[in-house]
Amino acid sequence: MEAFGLLLHGFSVLLTFKTLVFMIIGLVLGIFVGVLPGLGGPNGVAILLPLTFTMDPTTAIVMLSCIYWGALFGGAITSILFNIPGEAWSVATTFDGYPMAQQGRAAEALTAAFTSSFIGSLVAVLLITFLAPGIANFALKFGPPEFFAVYLLTFCSFVGLGREDKHKTIISMTLGLLLAGIGLDTVSGQLRMTFGTSELLRGINFLVAVIGLFGISEILLTMEERLALRGHAASISLRVVLNVWKDMPRYWMTLLRSSAIGCWLGITPGGAIAASFMGYNLAKRFSKDKDSFGQGRIEGVFAPETAAHASGTSALLPMLALGIPGSGTAAILLGGLLIWGLNPGPLLFVEHKDFVWGLIASMYLGNVVGLVMVLTTVPVFAAILRVPFSAIAPMIVVSCAIGAFAIQNAMFDVWLMLLFGVVGYVFKKIDIPLAPFTLALVLGNRAESAFRLSMIGAEGDLRVFWSNWLVGSITTLALILLFWPLLHNAYDRLKAFARPAQLPRAPAQSDR
Amino acid sequence: MSDQTDLAPSDSRPVVGARSVNIAVYLILLALAALLAWDNWRTGMAWEADGPQAGYFPFYLSLILGAACLFGLFFQLRPQTAAEGGFVNRDQLRRVLQVLVPTVLYCLAMQWLGLYVASFLLIAGFMWIIGRMALWKSLLAGLLFSLIMFVTFDIAFDVIMPKGPLEAFFGY
Repeated sequence: MEAFGLLLHGFSVLLTFKTLVFMIIGLVLGIFVGVLPGLGGPNGVAILLPLTFTMDPTTAIVMLSCIYWGALFGGAITSILFNIPGEAWSVATTFDGYPMAQQGRAAEALTAAFTSSFIGSLVAVLLITFLAPGIANFALKFGPPEFFAVYLLTFCSFVGLGREDKHKTIISMTLGLLLAGIGLDTVSGQLRMTFGTSELLRGINFLVAVIGLFGISEILLTMEERLALRGHAASISLRVVLNVWKDMPRYWMTLLRSSAIGCWLGITPGGAIAASFMGYNLAKRFSKDKDSFGQGRIEGVFAPETAAHASGTSALLPMLALGIPGSGTAAILLGGLLIWGLNPGPLLFVEHKDFVWGLIASMYLGNVVGLVMVLTTVPVFAAILRVPFSAIAPMIVVSCAIGAFAIQNAMFDVWLMLLFGVVGYVFKKIDIPLAPFTLALVLGNRAESAFRLSMIGAEGDLRVFWSNWLVGSITTLALILLFWPLLHNAYDRLKAFARPAQLPRAPAQSDR
Repeated sequence: MSDQTDLAPSDSRPVVGARSVNIAVYLILLALAALLAWDNWRTGMAWEADGPQAGYFPFYLSLILGAACLFGLFFQLRPQTAAEGGFVNRDQLRRVLQVLVPTVLYCLAMQWLGLYVASFLLIAGFMWIIGRMALWKSLLAGLLFSLIMFVTFDIAFDVIMPKGPLEAFFGY
């Protein structure tokens, strides 16, 4: 119950007037960026990060994480009312949410979405509260070899388990790692890949890249697709809310299953997107009435929303405890922590107790306040979507430019942002995934210095990565994951070889 | 920019095929990989007694990047890879350029006029010319947004943005 005492301490840090005000501002801004189709969680946090540079770290991270919660809530509004997922992880919510809105049950669908989001993140926050201190404590024993092994595991699982073409994932990741290496090498003090320009001395800032890749490129894509926004109006009455809540316990199994999937995929770098689809598909598979999914079934809203929120929240667990972000947004929050001079990882729990527990307490409070806010303000935010895109687009461009400039006060960064915007647009169109790039860019330097420090410690002996059972098993697991597709293929062929006369499977079975 | 109402006949001829763009991207990345590999080779990419030199990792990463690009190129150039259709059609490209060109001009203008004046011009101009909204609405929106940004960043949060002659005139 030590965690409980620390959590109470966290609430005492949180409950000041100033922090609460910034929390509410963060939630409003977050719902706003979640509702706008051209923006989302990672972009919103990246663009608004400069606002927090002059705040104290606790207030700043509370505001930023509230932007994140708000964005998670906001994504559901557009999916249900307009059939446009504000976020990739709300795509699965449109399957049943939009049909419900068409049937005039928009309020019901929205209540279901918000409430299940709330439950999902609550489960994940409980997990963080009781698991993170333990993991951090355990990780305090980690030396550079262990940390490198964990980084390696993160990179390898992206390559091995990602759904994109392998060579495209590898291109994206190596490019991110290379760009992370630009500038001053911290181990040897040498300059790398600067080509004599002073602008590249600072290196490529992670946040500048993110603002370009996600903010600017998203505007370009949205313009290209020319979204026509035609949606359903909705306001939520207390009676509908109570009715949905009364019905909810019937779906406890779906909620529980989706929470578990979400937590798991959030901690491993799978992400909220995969979690929401998996939650939806499993709910459908286990349902007695499969055909009613996709026609406006409330369970089809519960399942993906719970999973998406559980995953989005639990992605913060490895970031806090190990310094390894479980999602793009967590990576950006990590970038923020570095700017305020806080080094995410196990020591954070020892050296900055106020900060860590304040943040965890804000997850509880932020979600409760967020739930009340979205339930009461849906009509206002739905109205935002009627503002023409040609008014919103230039304002987003301006916000991106301000964000990119403010990070290092450099005009060069604004041009860099523009370049990354075009790169992001092209990459998205030819299916080169951006998530490995983001992860590599933020973790690249840490992974490399962990490797080189372990080499210095072991006098250049690679066997240090198998020197004890812990680091050995992580390294081995990483290598297995990296070659997973090959191993899987080989296994299938062996099986086919053993039973040669087997007929190919009927195609109808595969798309169940 | 005169023919972009909804009534205009849509022009969906592809400007460039997806395959060409794929190949172009691989070639550019391949050139980048070669450049970075050369630079890191110059920095030193050997393995010393106490571990790798500064250029070791980037050098081999460039090689992996290059190899992945070659694989992608090979995949695209195989005769059995069917052309996957267009990358972007004329209509789409025009709409993309409608944002991209003003954004580039905005970044250029920022260096001379300062961020806030440039932002005002971008928002008002975009809404008026491309969004075809009423002039007064566009001007008002641009003015309000720039003012709010100025108050938030420069006054409330002390985040200093590039300034131009107008701000200098008011003494900022």
